[in-house]
Amino acid sequence: MLASSLIKRAVMAAVTLFGVAVIVFLLLRVAPGDPIAMMIGPGASAEDIASLRAHYGLDQPFLTQFVIWLAGILHGDLGTSISLHRNVVELLRERLPATLELAIVACAVAVILGGSVAILGTWLRGRGEGAIDAANGIMLAVPDFVWALAFVLVLGVFWQAFPLSGRIDPSIDPHFTTGFYLFESIFTGRFDLTRDILAHMAMPALALALPLAAIIIRILKDALSEAMLQDYVLLARVKGMSELRLIAGEALRNAVGPTLALTGVQFTFLIGGTVIVERIFAYPGIGSMAIDAVINRDLPLIQGLVLVFGALFILINLAIDVAVAALNPRLRHG
Amino acid sequence: MAEVALNHDAAVAAGPPKLRRRSALRALLAQPKVVFAGGFIVLLILLALFAPVIAPHDPLDQDLLSGTLPPAGFAGAQPGYWLGTDDLGRDVLSRLIYGTRVALTVAFVAAFAAALLGTVLGLFAGFYGGAVDAIVSRLVEIWMAFPPVLLSILIVAIMGSGVRSVIVAIAIIDWTRFARVVRAETMAQAKADYVVAARVLGFGRLAILFREILPNVAPVLLALVTLEMGIAVIVEAILSFVGLSVSSDTPTWGGMIAQGRQIIYQAWWVFAAPLAALFATVLAFNQLGDGLRRALDPVMQR
Repeated sequence: MLASSLIKRAVMAAVTLFGVAVIVFLLLRVAPGDPIAMMIGPGASAEDIASLRAHYGLDQPFLTQFVIWLAGILHGDLGTSISLHRNVVELLRERLPATLELAIVACAVAVILGGSVAILGTWLRGRGEGAIDAANGIMLAVPDFVWALAFVLVLGVFWQAFPLSGRIDPSIDPHFTTGFYLFESIFTGRFDLTRDILAHMAMPALALALPLAAIIIRILKDALSEAMLQDYVLLARVKGMSELRLIAGEALRNAVGPTLALTGVQFTFLIGGTVIVERIFAYPGIGSMAIDAVINRDLPLIQGLVLVFGALFILINLAIDVAVAALNPRLRHG
Repeated sequence: MAEVALNHDAAVAAGPPKLRRRSALRALLAQPKVVFAGGFIVLLILLALFAPVIAPHDPLDQDLLSGTLPPAGFAGAQPGYWLGTDDLGRDVLSRLIYGTRVALTVAFVAAFAAALLGTVLGLFAGFYGGAVDAIVSRLVEIWMAFPPVLLSILIVAIMGSGVRSVIVAIAIIDWTRFARVVRAETMAQAKADYVVAARVLGFGRLAILFREILPNVAPVLLALVTLEMGIAVIVEAILSFVGLSVSSDTPTWGGMIAQGRQIIYQAWWVFAAPLAALFATVLAFNQLGDGLRRALDPVMQR
């Protein structure tokens, strides 16, 4: 039962990704503005432009271009970036780890912050709830873009608590063998680098985390208060378990599944938010690269980036579906 | 973003719409959120409409001799420049006031356009089900696999910058928010007794959809549109920030933020003022939307 529904979901995910590929391809082909002309500037002769168009395959009909691109994807080839003159897959491989690390840290911050405030709110039961709800109302309303800019001003410029841009201090030559600087520095025990990388990540990660934390607080707090009314909690209470252990242990275990089901889509919003947040902090991930790619009309790079974002979104949704199913005792044993 | 938990209950809020109209108005005014946030938005609308009368200076007037003056109360401030000036000597307060024009135009038009597109698709998907529903649902799923900021930048880059492109981009991207909620609402309403009754009485399908179901979906829709206005203000600011919204001689909050970012160490107020305006505006639209939802949803009133 569970396996067949998962296979169905995986097939749907593939269809969705194909839809994403078709739409981005169509969008870019109706776009005015010749990427080749932008690339070589005004002085170029008509023959130069024609030969470059042929080089990038842009002289072919729509459908042929699309088939060539699809066949390339299946071979792990996304073409060559027009503005950076480099293999798109190579560029993505270079930049993706930075974005993944940022997103993972942001998610962790959101879950820890959101989880602890929700537990605290349930534990206080009414006392201080007004303050939590008011703060949460602001967190729910204000998006990552505005948080990021506010942090630039307050934490970056006024307090100078964190570096304003980049991923690591440019004077450090870290010699990393993978693109995962943070994880590699931890696993190789170079904690001075870890500190520097985390300091660079602090503001973008917090900006991305706050909206997700807000939704976790709202939904988890409701789920926890509901779970606290259940018989098994009453039983544990009669047995003399402490209130905090009741919440963080018994109630939490049953509230996590429904919370995940309702907050799932917000995790994908966090990934989408990296586009503008990375731009604000000049963080060298795929998000900041995406804006430049659009401005430069770099068709192969835009296509590759949208496909990677789409694949990430769809994979996260699938993972959340699986996690929700695994956390639901009725489905697990059914 | 807040609609995740919002709208499920309203399905129960059936009942003929006309009877509830008067009590709805009273319920609205009883919500402090609606009064305060709504009041703030009315104030913004007045600022936008009467910008030439209210603004103390011409927002484009450059005066290099009075560049980067700090806001009133700080050392070196000059009278008449309440929020200081930027590096070109332009009055920040006047630019902020004129900036409400683009922000609110985009907020109202784009939110309405997204709502129209999403509501029509959501109504049909929820009411007819079957193939219509399958197509709309699949489209929603594909759309939600695009990073919205990237997609909006892409659309504006394709259409060329300008307010019109920004509005089209927001409508094309955010219709899914409406389609998802309206579809679910419509499915719930379609099973309600009054719809079954209308069907038995021989009303046509379109008549049932637009005369019976739509009015009952309206309260939820109104709250969603208000939330969307806040989102539209942000998207416009993002596009101005990236340099893709309107031309640089029209003052926008996003454009001011981008400009202020360049001179943040010399004149932080050029950055801080539009940021504060953005913060307050998105918060106001959000609180208004939340207040409207509470006021118009009988289940939540209890």
